[in-house]
Amino acid sequence: MIVIGGSLGGMRSLSQILQGLPARGFPLPIAVVLHRMKDADTVLFDFLKEESPLPAREVLDKEPILPGHIFLAPADYHLLVEPTHFCLSIDEPVLHARPSIDVLFESAADAYGKSVIAIVLSGANRDGADGAALIKEKGGRVIVQDPATAESGIMPQATLDAVEADYILPPERMGPLLLELTEHLR
Amino acid sequence: MKASLNRAGADPATLQAHDLLEAIHRRYGIDFRAYALSSVKRRLQKQIDLEDLPSLAALQEQVLADPAAMARLLATLTIHVTAMFRDPGFYIALRNEVLPLLRTYPFSRIWVAGCSTGEEVYSLAILLEEEGLYDRCRIYATDLSDEVLNKARTGIFPLSPMQEYTRNYQQAGGSRSFAEYYIADSDFAIFRSALRRNIVFAPHNLVSDTSFNEFHVILCRNVMIYFNRSLQERVHCLFHESLLTFGYLGLGRSENIRFTVHEKDYEEVAAKERLYRKIK
Repeated sequence: MIVIGGSLGGMRSLSQILQGLPARGFPLPIAVVLHRMKDADTVLFDFLKEESPLPAREVLDKEPILPGHIFLAPADYHLLVEPTHFCLSIDEPVLHARPSIDVLFESAADAYGKSVIAIVLSGANRDGADGAALIKEKGGRVIVQDPATAESGIMPQATLDAVEADYILPPERMGPLLLELTEHLR
Repeated sequence: MKASLNRAGADPATLQAHDLLEAIHRRYGIDFRAYALSSVKRRLQKQIDLEDLPSLAALQEQVLADPAAMARLLATLTIHVTAMFRDPGFYIALRNEVLPLLRTYPFSRIWVAGCSTGEEVYSLAILLEEEGLYDRCRIYATDLSDEVLNKARTGIFPLSPMQEYTRNYQQAGGSRSFAEYYIADSDFAIFRSALRRNIVFAPHNLVSDTSFNEFHVILCRNVMIYFNRSLQERVHCLFHESLLTFGYLGLGRSENIRFTVHEKDYEEVAAKERLYRKIK
């Protein structure tokens, strides 16, 4: 499973990644947490849903996890991964964030262990760093947006400070990398 | 065989969490085994941190030996964060779609299941009050935890989120000044006791308790997200049984009645707001 987290500027980076992915046959599910304003999210999300080559939608509670789909955390809910489906929670924000990238990453590490690939994108806080560390600890891989290419480099840098990343890349190179990493699964 | 030994979900922490829930059930008869494990595990970890323990195993040992520790864990496992007028669009849908029908009844019973500390119950009371319906309604507000019910009964909430609640209230179509409903001291907002006059707070556990009345409206928002599928099915059966025909069921914004056994027994009233009406 691929898990992606971003905050300020993360939406743009995400759409750059998605443009590098094929509409059909991508072998892994992709779960995404983007921080956003509670009210002003709809426009951005609709944009993303239309632009994405893969089918993208906001997660409903207990939705089955399917390969080749993009699952977006709904506003104001944490998104958690279980072995076969997603769960949602309205537990307190973590590091002021709900949805929290750490919550997604940590639950993915628990459920999928070494088969998790995490991506940390542009953002102005340190959400995602602890979760990325846990993913590494369990044998998964971590890809971080090159802070120099990020609208805000704080979040990718916080992750780089917490964990030895497998790849540090601009977002437009992440799509091709994901294809390469999942080649053997197709 | 190798694949099954390594199957996803069988990591040691998950198995230990299972063990702990099983042990709590055997020792105390409190059943969290059908709760969604990903959320439960986060709460167990929170408790391990609060109690300054080294591991899940240590937590298990502690709660099995000490009922007071169990009570503290129970508080951590059962508290549900909630907000006043969360999702203002839902309250608009209630106002526009549900209340006109309630007006045609001499008396209505409303069940708020899993009410936690009561923020949504007070929101509902305010809505009914402003629509002039409150004295023809009784709200049954239930939760499995006595601790949160006691909090809900006081009507005292932290002051800090009141700005957000005020915004929610206005977006939900509130017609007065939200500050009329409470008195603020330095840390708390104390809600007017008159708002409680038609609320009955009572313990009820969705895991094990049965139906206790027939209702015109049941609200259970963002409670079942903490349950696994099979427990969700049970609760949907309980609600179906407890609703009058043409009664309304309101769920949280990211919940859905699709794929449940009773899917076909409801029609959508406000699909986006997850408001449904029982038709058979």
